[in-house]
Amino acid sequence: MQKERPLSPHLQVYKPQMTTMLSILHRSTGVFLAMGTPLLVLWLCAIASGAEGYAHMQSCFSHWFVQLILLGWTYALFYHLCNGIRHLFWDAGRGFELQTLYTSGKIVLLMSVVLTGLTWFLAVSRMGGGA
Amino acid sequence: MSLRSPLSKATGLGSAKHGFSHWWWQRVTAVALIPLSLWFVYSLVCLVSADYQHAVMWLSSPINATLMLLFVLTALFHGQTGVQVVIEDYIHTKWLNLSLLLLIKFASVALAVLATISVLKVVLGG
Repeated sequence: MQKERPLSPHLQVYKPQMTTMLSILHRSTGVFLAMGTPLLVLWLCAIASGAEGYAHMQSCFSHWFVQLILLGWTYALFYHLCNGIRHLFWDAGRGFELQTLYTSGKIVLLMSVVLTGLTWFLAVSRMGGGA
Repeated sequence: MSLRSPLSKATGLGSAKHGFSHWWWQRVTAVALIPLSLWFVYSLVCLVSADYQHAVMWLSSPINATLMLLFVLTALFHGQTGVQVVIEDYIHTKWLNLSLLLLIKFASVALAVLATISVLKVVLGG
């Protein structure tokens, strides 16, 4: 057994770079989003279960901690979506030049923040207006 | 001393010839999820202060029910293919690796059935 060998890509000796961080973030947001799918299905279940189940679910969703996780999921979704498009360009063999890599990475970061902010701005303003 | 031949040891190792299909379907679902997830976020924003009647009315529309099921099922499939790669990359204990791979497959199929039945129940007015 070779248990003690470090695994490639030797994270402990590499200097952290923006491209590395974006790649790691793509994976972690993916796993985080997958962990959200049971909650989404539970929400559909609650709508199907009747008024009481739905009201219970709504009150759970209004808790500040759940709201915080929902904010995290919104960001994770937009980041994974934008960076996923970046990945699809790579699959087509485009965008591998070093300068392009950094520019597309910065666009992804900017877009994910803008879209998350826009979504929550609209959601909060609807909540205030509708109630 | 093993009586197994070198050929029998090598058979079954290496490429299982299914790598491309996994890779391809991950991309197909990724492309499908671009419009579907934008629609999903837009819908949730619209439903943010919806009461029960409103939510049921919204989900019972055939268009919304179809898009919701397409989104949930595609997301579950895409998530399952992605998490599978993560498990294959980082979990090297054989029994744990296999158990987790089975677990995420069973869980995603169970969630897919539950989501389908829930949406159909609302659409059919059960």
